[in-house]
Amino acid sequence: MLRYTVKRLLQLSVALLGLSLLLFAWFKALPGGPENRLLPENATDRQREALRAALGLDEPVWTQYGEFLGRIVRLDFGSSLSSGRPIATELAERLPATVELSLAAMLIAVGLGIPLGYLAAKRRGTWIDFGTVSGSLLGTCIPIFFLAAMLKVVFAQELGWLPTTFRLTAGADFTEVTGLRVFDGIITGEFDIAWDAVKHLILPAIALSSIPLAVIVRITRASVLDVVGEDYVRTADAKGLKPSTVRGRHVMRNAMLPIATIIGLLLGSLFAGAVLTESVFAFGGIGSFVYQATTERDYPALMGFILVIAVFYVVINLLVDLSYGLLDPRVRVRK
Amino acid sequence: MTTAKIEKLDRLIEATATARDAKTGSLWRQSIRRMRHSPMALTGAIIVGLFVLVAVVGPWVAPYDPTAQTWGREVFLNQNIFPGPRPENWFGLDHLGRDMFSRMIVGARQTLLVGVVATFIGFIAGAFIGGVAAAAGTFGGRWGERVEAVIMRAVDVALAIPMLLLALSVAALLGPSLRTVMIAVGVAQIPIFARLLRGSMLAQAHSDYVLAAIAIGVPKGRIVVSHILPNSLGPVIVQATLVLATAIIEAAALSYLGLGNPDPGSAEWGTMLADAQRFLSGAPQLAIYPAVGIIVTALGFTLLGEAMRESLDPRLRRQE
Amino acid sequence: MALGLFTACGSDGDAGGDADTAEDFDFSCPERTDGEPAADTAANESQPFVFGTPGDPTSLDPILASDGETFRVNRQVFDTLLDADCTDTVPGLAESYEQNEEGTEWTFHLREGVTFHDGEVLDGAAVCKNFERWANFKGGYQSPNFTYYYSSVFGGFAENDPAMGIETESIYKGCTADGLDATISLSKYTSSFPGAFTLESLSIISPASIDAVADAAIPTADSPLPEYTQTVGTLAGTGPYKLENWDHSSQEVVLTRNDDYFGEPAKVKTVIFKTISDETARRQALEAGDIHGYDLAAPADAQALIEAGYQVPVRGVFNLLYLAYTQSHSPLDDHAVREALSYAIDRERIVNSVLPAGGMVATQFIPPSLEGYSEDVATYDYDAEKAKQMLADAGAEDLTITFCYPTDVTRPYMPAPKDIFDMISSDLQNAGVTVEAKPITWVDYIPTTRSGECPLYLLGWTGDFADPYNFLGTWFATESTEWGFNNPEVFDSIAAANTEPDEAKRVELWKAANEAVMEELPGLPISSSPPSIAFAPNVYPPDVSPLTREDFSQVYFTTAS
Repeated sequence: MLRYTVKRLLQLSVALLGLSLLLFAWFKALPGGPENRLLPENATDRQREALRAALGLDEPVWTQYGEFLGRIVRLDFGSSLSSGRPIATELAERLPATVELSLAAMLIAVGLGIPLGYLAAKRRGTWIDFGTVSGSLLGTCIPIFFLAAMLKVVFAQELGWLPTTFRLTAGADFTEVTGLRVFDGIITGEFDIAWDAVKHLILPAIALSSIPLAVIVRITRASVLDVVGEDYVRTADAKGLKPSTVRGRHVMRNAMLPIATIIGLLLGSLFAGAVLTESVFAFGGIGSFVYQATTERDYPALMGFILVIAVFYVVINLLVDLSYGLLDPRVRVRK
Repeated sequence: MTTAKIEKLDRLIEATATARDAKTGSLWRQSIRRMRHSPMALTGAIIVGLFVLVAVVGPWVAPYDPTAQTWGREVFLNQNIFPGPRPENWFGLDHLGRDMFSRMIVGARQTLLVGVVATFIGFIAGAFIGGVAAAAGTFGGRWGERVEAVIMRAVDVALAIPMLLLALSVAALLGPSLRTVMIAVGVAQIPIFARLLRGSMLAQAHSDYVLAAIAIGVPKGRIVVSHILPNSLGPVIVQATLVLATAIIEAAALSYLGLGNPDPGSAEWGTMLADAQRFLSGAPQLAIYPAVGIIVTALGFTLLGEAMRESLDPRLRRQE
Repeated sequence: MALGLFTACGSDGDAGGDADTAEDFDFSCPERTDGEPAADTAANESQPFVFGTPGDPTSLDPILASDGETFRVNRQVFDTLLDADCTDTVPGLAESYEQNEEGTEWTFHLREGVTFHDGEVLDGAAVCKNFERWANFKGGYQSPNFTYYYSSVFGGFAENDPAMGIETESIYKGCTADGLDATISLSKYTSSFPGAFTLESLSIISPASIDAVADAAIPTADSPLPEYTQTVGTLAGTGPYKLENWDHSSQEVVLTRNDDYFGEPAKVKTVIFKTISDETARRQALEAGDIHGYDLAAPADAQALIEAGYQVPVRGVFNLLYLAYTQSHSPLDDHAVREALSYAIDRERIVNSVLPAGGMVATQFIPPSLEGYSEDVATYDYDAEKAKQMLADAGAEDLTITFCYPTDVTRPYMPAPKDIFDMISSDLQNAGVTVEAKPITWVDYIPTTRSGECPLYLLGWTGDFADPYNFLGTWFATESTEWGFNNPEVFDSIAAANTEPDEAKRVELWKAANEAVMEELPGLPISSSPPSIAFAPNVYPPDVSPLTREDFSQVYFTTAS
């Protein structure tokens, strides 16, 4: 086990180093220099050159790469070109908004996805199955920014049921504890704030949940089908156990394993989706930040984000892999 | 996400690797038979068929030049005046006074082109990387195994990054153009194909006929090229169908982020949709036509791909 | 069917109306016609006024900023020596000023009894302390990344840091204080003065604030901004509002009324600037009542908002969009070809169809509100047939030309670059020119066009203050690769106007310069158009400003529902 872990860690660090090289190369090869983003359009060429030199863009490449690696290790991704603030600070400040939105989206996806997936599996091959599966697939086929915009036009603009933007009504007076507004509102007893935050969450969360919902429906369906075919379920059925007991104890409990794994790992698609939803709702999380960074070509900010996400995922994956290794001896034997 | 992706891919590989062992008829024939009764497959096939038809004949049947601003002086986008559907323009005019109907029809081809080229790029590069890894691992001895391990870890890392972000990075690098979208979306698919190809090839490599070929002394290179590779393609076709759908949607997302095709003349649904977002309240039809086009097409490819995958999956098959 | 088409064309064309021309529109600062509706005093005290902005401000220290979003916040909190009303220079912290004949000594007589938010008193010494602070900036502070406007106006710093690459000498010589007087000495006059004293970057902060931030370091050009620029509480100004809070994660800046303001106190107690980067989202937020006003409304949205009862006061125009003809590319060096291309382009369609209300076709390279705007410049009105003929005469019928445009921005002078590009290239194609589109990302756009790589390109400029040199000098002061022509007559006429301290003579010199430029035809001025700003029906909006210098202390909630 120890050898397996060490081996995985070694491979991982080589891969991460490769990733950093790639990112650096990418960053170097980007068109246009930051100086063009930082200065007004009638700045003189002299002013542009001055800034280039001052930014160290004239140093040898390897010096720059060393500097780059050093900064990453110190979690210093430089300053955002549009705000002039450290990117790490920007990301950290906006994290709670995105986490709250992602949790809400995940709640919707799980709450709807598991029952639907189970239903589809149970009625496999019928039109219910077809309807559920293609309905959830439809969710993945709607460009998420369009879905978000349409939800907003219909439910916020035309019907006026829900607010169009922000996480709270502007100027709301609230106590910040964790940064998750709903949670904070509840624990501090500011229930009006919590309710306000919930209303602001609903539309973006629905838009964001479309992809995880589809994945969860299908994974649930597939793993329920898998488990239903297993001998122990047939045995349980044959023993004459109550269907509800079979469903709860044998089918769902075993089917939940892959579902639970998926839920943890779906966060990746949520972060990418947040880039496309948050801007529509001016939600102010990491997604809005990255959207703005992209449209304004704030490459250092973009790079910081990609790096954080990549490292985040690699670590989660490693943990998942290792836990598999612990739980399932076959994995260790195989490699 | 990675584990989910990997698991799915592994399943697909497993499914087709058993092809040779199947006792009755070929796997493909079985699958097709099964798919004929699947509403998913049917719906998907019909949509894809229609879409491809429009894409092929589109430019010849479009009533007008999709890039000519023929009615340019009738549109006032600063006052929300967009002459709507009328006899000579079935879908109305876009914001520059071009015929929307012609743009939709001609756009189908561009959209298909983006999807196909992106998928192809992903496939070629993925096949190369996966193939190298598998070949190194199988025939390259101790060092080969190490090379394989590092390549595959890198692929795993890449799989971990959300596809949109990969595409975003590439698009940022190359500057906005239709070519960029194709490359960006294609690059984002590379890790998927790499993993798929490698797994598939390894499964083939351990199959009886390859062992037999090695035993009778067929050169290793030839085994890879003429035995392993062709037989590994099954899951790739399935995956390619699914990737096509993703590619079309990702292309639209890139356009929305301003990294898409900036050539205003050409008609492509993703660009049209992203461009029309700003008229969503004044002239929603400009966004809805391309959106419906994209959604239906992507759904068609997804349904078809999912149905194919399911019909190939032995674990799901056995319960019938 | 052909007939039907024509009628449709005609009637819709009328609906679009004619472009406002210089004759029938007061482009500089239209009179307000909305009267002063009754104020809802209760709401003004209890309800925050929320204004949606396209982006976050960057710095609470005005000297370290060069972008409009930062200035929007700063100008509510800080004051400048002189102020701008419309585009006229009017008293600010200084009630009046004097200059010597050479324009090198500027004496400001400050208002009496002005106090900063931290209780300090404004006097000549406080003003000089600000100027001395700026002139003695060290290290990264000198980078144009941080102090673009200061170094642009004054040329450099007391001791230029070689690492920051500024080589020109500072024209700032010193500042002497005498009670409520402050005299600033320059080593030479430029026509930037006195307009430059209205620049928000040169806002006056309290002496105690300067002491408090004396140790804040910006070691290099890419250092982050110092912490004091990001949190409320260190800097004190004199403005009608005080900084209350800046919540970065909610992207909102909260201001509260300064009850000791020297002018008329602000009507609404709390003003919140809240960022909504998506323009459609801003409009939806206004319609849903989440915000009470926002800036940079898309032209289509502006029209829809007016129809729905919202207020969209039209700003005066103070910017310019142009199509450049880079003469290093043949046959653009042929005057006849440039002229032909100019006739080929229907600028009225662009103004009527794409640009916001209040936009107008430009005839020269400065907006009409500036001194030196000439009625006698050569004009090139749309005439497609003439264009074709002239191209044929010049032997350039089969002209193929590369045309660059930026892909990922909207600028205040150019709400939809792609649409404008599309219309122009369609016009050029109708005149028989083959256009090769070359889209370029914004970060890359300026250097590419600067280098002279693009034969045709779209670009523009929004003025900082009322000074024709701020427009003409930027482009045509000397020979440059971005225009690729060498016409000493043009260069000399601009230099002559720029260094003439006498106002009457200067105006005539600027007129001559504009005429010389349009004779040369280095590019085609396309339009001047105001960026749209929108407000809810129950709000009394501030006087809108061509320089986008709105003063939010004028805003109040009305009793209108």
